[in-house]
Amino acid sequence: MASIQNDNAAEDMKYILVTDVGSTTTKARFFAKKEDTWRYVISGEAPTTVEKPYEDVTMGVLNAVREIEELTHHKILSENNDNIMRPFDGEKGVDLYCTTSSAGGGLQMMVGGVVKEITAASANRAVLGAGSIVMDILTMDDGRPPHEKITRIKNLRPDMILLAGGTDGGTVKHVANMAEIFYAAKPKPRLGEGYSLPMIYAGNVEVQDHVRKLFEEDFSLLVIDNIRPTLNVEKIEHARRAVHELFMEHVMSHAPGYLKLMKWTDIDIMPTPAGEGIAMQLLANELKANVLGVGLGGATTNVYSIFEKRFVRSVSANLGMSYSISNVCKETGIDNILRWLPFEKDVNELQSEIKNKMIRPTTIPQTINDLIIEHAVAREALRLGLEHHKTIATRLKGVTVERTVGDLLDQGLEDTYIDLMQFSVIAGTGGLLSHAPKRIQSLLVLTDAFQPEGITRLFQDSVFMMPHLGVLSTVDPKAAWQIFEKDCLVHLGTVVAPKGQSREGTEVLEIKLEMPDGTTIHENMRYGDIKKISLGVGETANIEAHPKRGMDMGQGPNKNIEGKVHGGEVGVIIDARGRPLSLPEGSDERMNQILEWNKTLELYDY
Amino acid sequence: MEESIKEEQNMAHAYTPGLKIKSMETVRKERVLPIEGTILVEVGDEVDFDSTLARTEIPGDAEILNVTEELGVDPGDVFDYSLKKEGETFEEGELLAKNVAFWGLVKNFVYAPFSGTVDSMSGLTGQMIVRQHNVPLEINAYVKGRVVEVLPRKGAVIETEGAFIQGIFGFGGENHGEIAIAVESPEEVLTEEKVAPEHQGKVIVGGAGVTSEAYRRALEVGVKGIVVGGLDVEDLIEILGEDIGVAITGEENIDITVIATEGFGVLPISERTFNLLKRMEGRMSAINGATQIRAGVLRPEIIIPYDDPGMKESGEEFSDGMTKGSLVRIIRAPYFGEIAKVMDLPVELQRVESGSRVRVIELELENGEVVTVPRANVEIIEE
Repeated sequence: MASIQNDNAAEDMKYILVTDVGSTTTKARFFAKKEDTWRYVISGEAPTTVEKPYEDVTMGVLNAVREIEELTHHKILSENNDNIMRPFDGEKGVDLYCTTSSAGGGLQMMVGGVVKEITAASANRAVLGAGSIVMDILTMDDGRPPHEKITRIKNLRPDMILLAGGTDGGTVKHVANMAEIFYAAKPKPRLGEGYSLPMIYAGNVEVQDHVRKLFEEDFSLLVIDNIRPTLNVEKIEHARRAVHELFMEHVMSHAPGYLKLMKWTDIDIMPTPAGEGIAMQLLANELKANVLGVGLGGATTNVYSIFEKRFVRSVSANLGMSYSISNVCKETGIDNILRWLPFEKDVNELQSEIKNKMIRPTTIPQTINDLIIEHAVAREALRLGLEHHKTIATRLKGVTVERTVGDLLDQGLEDTYIDLMQFSVIAGTGGLLSHAPKRIQSLLVLTDAFQPEGITRLFQDSVFMMPHLGVLSTVDPKAAWQIFEKDCLVHLGTVVAPKGQSREGTEVLEIKLEMPDGTTIHENMRYGDIKKISLGVGETANIEAHPKRGMDMGQGPNKNIEGKVHGGEVGVIIDARGRPLSLPEGSDERMNQILEWNKTLELYDY
Repeated sequence: MEESIKEEQNMAHAYTPGLKIKSMETVRKERVLPIEGTILVEVGDEVDFDSTLARTEIPGDAEILNVTEELGVDPGDVFDYSLKKEGETFEEGELLAKNVAFWGLVKNFVYAPFSGTVDSMSGLTGQMIVRQHNVPLEINAYVKGRVVEVLPRKGAVIETEGAFIQGIFGFGGENHGEIAIAVESPEEVLTEEKVAPEHQGKVIVGGAGVTSEAYRRALEVGVKGIVVGGLDVEDLIEILGEDIGVAITGEENIDITVIATEGFGVLPISERTFNLLKRMEGRMSAINGATQIRAGVLRPEIIIPYDDPGMKESGEEFSDGMTKGSLVRIIRAPYFGEIAKVMDLPVELQRVESGSRVRVIELELENGEVVTVPRANVEIIEE
């Protein structure tokens, strides 16, 4: 946990200011304690000023804070408007100021290891968890000859390198070989000359001396414990901390204006995705649940999973809803976008429209059809983001697992441990979700993309502040959770969905809901049906679910379950469309089916 | 809480600033080496499009030679069997290491794959890292103009006066050539038969698009650049050999720089842009297709340097907002591409067909129809 540099104990604080310096916008959030409870007050936003002609990130921060001052008449900036006044003196100032940052493309790292699936996979998980973007992963078994690897390292200009490889007492030669490849490439840091590139070595301890000899002079080298001391142990927490340490010391201090910003903040500046990840962890801790979280941004999609307290983040750098919207189509194929549309659309016209959004990313859908197209792309961006996440959230490779005869027969034993039946909470953030005209739209986009199984609660954020609350929680978790719960989280509702497939129209699920007003609702769901039942925010209902025809609610095929469902702005969705969700093959049939679902759920106001 | 969220939405208004279409503008270009070097110009020097401004050397490519494995000896013996020491130079084909044993029965040699220097050797892996000689690198002026500032060891700033047009999207890097109009009207698509041999070395202006056949013909002829209104996605994929996913371009390995001024689809080049380019026909231009929509927005550009004091405009750099009577271009369905006049700018949020409550703008289309669109979906036409 970070420590506050000023003398204010957390419980005495009255006002907190948190900013997120994004690549285009600096977003300030102002929080206040009212009657012993922390609440969100207001936002101020201004363009980020890290690029030319300003090249001083603090200008954007000051502008965003000035907007808060204008809206609240609460003075935060110093007399000369060149600092943030702390602590609150009874009239002006704030007690705490902290910030996250992803300006200038965020923290961009390269990862090196010996075996792609073993040491490099662990190193990759460590740097992703620290909030970094991974530019490339180089390993001895990646199929690229040394000269190709050298050219790649030389061309990429990373902010930092994490080199791992070998278990302690294991291979020396291959790790040394990988280190020599990095040495030969002499990579230049992205932030220019006069700055030595930070490198973390977290591999076989026996190669530490060799690594020191190679890198100590020209790099900012940090040698830490092996990330994979043995094949069945992965230790990544210290590597994450090392990334944050070097991020502050070497990367941030070279970005324009950050030296000044670092002096203003009470705790270390944190990469934005690291803040968002901590917020997701906070959610998992407080709800005591496995959480699947997603940040669907304009350029990237971050997926977070907290499964039995193991936190993993993946970032799909080119899956987003504005700058990289066209890449979503490229990756998924235009047919996968078209399949979500309940109307005919010319392929070439659709591709042009999507590309026009890419080059004019601030435009918004005016027509319903245009909105439906964006939601279709969002489903695919999220689906691909989750697929990518599954390749990162894997069981440790290289470990000898004792398998029973039953396991050997089970062809479904996948590498990933992401099983939607095991996740009872899904939380989404990002412009598309928060700007959706109706909450049911964001709920269905998340549902169609992630396909929750069993009983799953869905949340989204109201105002973008997860990174803010994440960094704040490292100082005052109680305050962060109060704001999170009351002002950030929008309770969308609960999705009840059996796993399995059946024939259209057959009865697959019987539901009994005891509502808070004492009434009982019975639903006999046929395969392909989806229904909405109103249940308000803060309300719960007891549920009994009887799956049939081999459908599974988490206890096995046809096994009954009992439990509780939480309401929300949407309510409870009973989804008997099957898992995996498959759409009708024929185009007319498919469009009719989607139209019917849309009508049942009152998804769009035609 | 409710209120504060509403206020947040109130603040969230944005519109795309118009792309510049200026008949006379002072343009400054900072030309910087990737690493420090020698500057060859001074302040006040007149430079042409391809004048060299600065020069440096970048380290040559490295290669790892697995010396001890080749020689069949232990990694720790690499120093004993190598004929060169760290830092020594060698010529291509020169013997770098050898192992002759058992009275000549075992003979293994390692030869230099190129001319260069021994960077380092490792007793742990038995490898030798060799590096090619430094490679010279130069930067040119890109535009014709004069040096107004020298950035010591880094580069120089060139200033020029002339027409300046920003496109919305392009690909291909810096190029220069004479402007030639290849179509009769902005609505015409640049087809194969419109590309003529006399277009060699020129920047040709098409209309509403360019077909992939026309692009291939332009390659044969030796055209330097193509400027059109819109790009058809299928043609684009054929031209580039792949689809574009992210709007970061400029590094494509192609000979012709292509710039679209309006967007994707068959879209006529705007009247204003077309007329300006027509007036500039026959003049030399510098063009760059590099586009970056993310932070630090970079738009493709056409710079046509010329000297005509009478043409100097006093116009503002950027309009700081829209007012009644301003001309705007609608940049999203259902009125995409239409030019309209601002009738009213209501302050209150209004519900549009999609169900969103947003800031809107009331517009009169060219056919007289009055429509309401989200304010985010228009861009100002800079006059």
